[in-house]
Amino acid sequence: MFGASENRMTIAAAAFCLGGILLFVGLAGAALLAQSGESGANGLFDAYIWRVTRFTLLQAGLSTGLSILFAIPVSRALARQAAFPGRIWLLRLMALPLGLPALVAALGLIEIWGRQGFLNKGLTALGLQQPISVYGLFGILLAHVFFNMPLAARLMLAGLERIPGEYWRTAANLGMGSLAIFRFVEWPAIRGLLPGIAGLVFMLCATSFTLVLTLGGGPAASTIEVAIYQALRFDFDPPRAIALSALQVVLTATLLLVLKFLAPSPEEGETSGRVIRRFDGLSRLSRFADGTWLAVALVFVGLPFIAIATSGLQADLRRLVGEPAFHRALATSAAIALPSAAISVAMAALMIRAQRLVLARRHRGMPARLFAGTVGASTSLILLVPPVVLGAGWFLLVRPLGDVARFAPFVVVAINALMALPFVHRVLAPAMATHAARTERLAASLGIAGLHRLRWIDWPSLRKPLLMALSFALALSLGDLGAVALFGSQDLATLPWLLYSRMGSYRTADAAGLALLLGLICLVLTMLGTAGEKPPEGRSA
Amino acid sequence: MTSLALSLKDVKLRFETTALAFDCAVPAGQIVAVVGASGSGKSTLFNVVAGFETPEAGEVLIFGEDMAGRMPAERPVSVIFQENNLFAHLDVATNVGFGISPSLSLDASDRGRIDEALARVGLAGFGKRLPPTLSGGERQRVAVARALVRHRPLLLLDEPFAALDPGMRAEMRDLIVDLHGEEGNTILMITHHPDDVKDLADGVLFLDQGRIVAHDALDRFLARRDLAAINRFLGNDEIR
Repeated sequence: MFGASENRMTIAAAAFCLGGILLFVGLAGAALLAQSGESGANGLFDAYIWRVTRFTLLQAGLSTGLSILFAIPVSRALARQAAFPGRIWLLRLMALPLGLPALVAALGLIEIWGRQGFLNKGLTALGLQQPISVYGLFGILLAHVFFNMPLAARLMLAGLERIPGEYWRTAANLGMGSLAIFRFVEWPAIRGLLPGIAGLVFMLCATSFTLVLTLGGGPAASTIEVAIYQALRFDFDPPRAIALSALQVVLTATLLLVLKFLAPSPEEGETSGRVIRRFDGLSRLSRFADGTWLAVALVFVGLPFIAIATSGLQADLRRLVGEPAFHRALATSAAIALPSAAISVAMAALMIRAQRLVLARRHRGMPARLFAGTVGASTSLILLVPPVVLGAGWFLLVRPLGDVARFAPFVVVAINALMALPFVHRVLAPAMATHAARTERLAASLGIAGLHRLRWIDWPSLRKPLLMALSFALALSLGDLGAVALFGSQDLATLPWLLYSRMGSYRTADAAGLALLLGLICLVLTMLGTAGEKPPEGRSA
Repeated sequence: MTSLALSLKDVKLRFETTALAFDCAVPAGQIVAVVGASGSGKSTLFNVVAGFETPEAGEVLIFGEDMAGRMPAERPVSVIFQENNLFAHLDVATNVGFGISPSLSLDASDRGRIDEALARVGLAGFGKRLPPTLSGGERQRVAVARALVRHRPLLLLDEPFAALDPGMRAEMRDLIVDLHGEEGNTILMITHHPDDVKDLADGVLFLDQGRIVAHDALDRFLARRDLAAINRFLGNDEIR
């Protein structure tokens, strides 16, 4: 459209990125397929695989149900009590699990619910003999509800806050009671969101790796992803890993299709921002009920953070930070997270811009539309082919070429970059669309192009979303265990890997200290990455 | 005209940037237009009467009864807003049904009353329709029907025609006048349109900067030239 050669370069670069993504995922898939051919399909449907599949679906279903059942009263209480001191902090707390690495959260939950945890100590003191075991289905459900209840509650709250303020005044004027308001006003609003929320949570739980790895109890409580990892890492049974990978891709593909056609994706959306007055929240009974639910949510979500902090502070942090192993892990983590985050953001920015350029042409041919569509789909390819499956494919692909460890860093960087892509895309796409709508024509008419445009026009207004996306991608890569797990070794020990091996060798104090440090780094980065998570001001005209 | 529908005595409220003070006495059975620039306190006045806002000082009396501590539903008041009067996911009859029972326990005779009310506002047979399938004017008529089955003697209309085109405004004005004739209730109506005032009102409450600066019968109000804000509202500046 404007500045033809520059635009052609952008599109070419984006096509290169796109090709790279497709090749990376395609090679992994081809490796899996090729090897399944030579091994035969006899191992495909044995009892173990069925058991694992059943457990995957069972735990995801239960996790989803529990998260939603818990989220309904919590979101309702938050909506009904729209202005109590500390409400904003409670909301911020509910956003925190999102930024916490799964491994760190697992450790926090073990501190509370584990054999040596607060709860069992209390129960033993009360004279109870049988301690609660956090390992197995119970622990997995606990962890999934810890992560997903706040997410579901926040999405429901946004739905409830989108209800027009007149509804509450009308309800108060008509004298509708709390039950009638729930039945006729609140529940219809929540019900409309449920398919989207449930689908999202189910997807997250069905593909959860780290939590099941740390809290699952052996083959009885293992999901497909963890089974893939175990098949390659411990049993070295490629056919089984391949069958499981195929199963996982079929499962995620089905889920994605169901989500696409049945459920609109939930949004936090914008609310009017003004305080909504809820007359039904004023009575003593509703205050008591809401207060109770909010207190339960506060304790449930807050305690693991406190546990991580207190036990982390008891560790000998100074010695830990001085250890060469920590230095190496920190350097390794940085060496993986920085390039992967930078690649992710650069690819997303290039592809979004190219997509816009291609679609802005007056005559959009079939190739252009195909290109634009593929760009859109490629950013969420990682949802279809989860990190562990990608890792499995590449593991099998590079093994014949020699030592897996030599290639490992590159594969992990690439997988981490792909993992961050959906999030990066979601931050950048609206910001870049607004920016383009505002400046594109003006810059073109003034002849501001190339580096000048980057420096004077693009960078100043896109700096914030770019840094936010980078920060979020960094947090994701730093906290990741899924991609590293398959390739991790003495040479590729990232912070989560170090933490995981310290947990495995029962060096609990070290693990607690490491968890605190890793958790802090990731939380700070996530907060920076989501700081201004409001819709960009002045949506494009 | 001896009894008072509404009387506000030294009612005071303070917000971050403004302080409001209301004093007035509205006789029963009248239609009173509430006018004034945006931000002059019209909506706050309504919120105080309906019980959505609690004044810091003063008395709110409705038909002689003190409203202090009474929840919105316990006041002899119905409210119709500019929009969003209906629950969009529930059908028209259900929305009207809330006027009879807020928990929606309705028997056959109640359903008869709902149909009757819908017929009175010219929407016979609309019971099963969902609000989004209606026009803006039809939705407001449903809200009027709900106020009809509720039978509260004081009706607050908060710019009920603001979202309607001129033809529909006139129709709604006629409907309000008809129903007022039949019900004999007292109506307070916020409006921005001098036409609404001239066609409907018996009296006018004029607000400026958080105070009721004029409370006149219609003909006196229309004849006034002493306040700049009123001249601006009536367009008297342009005539000269």
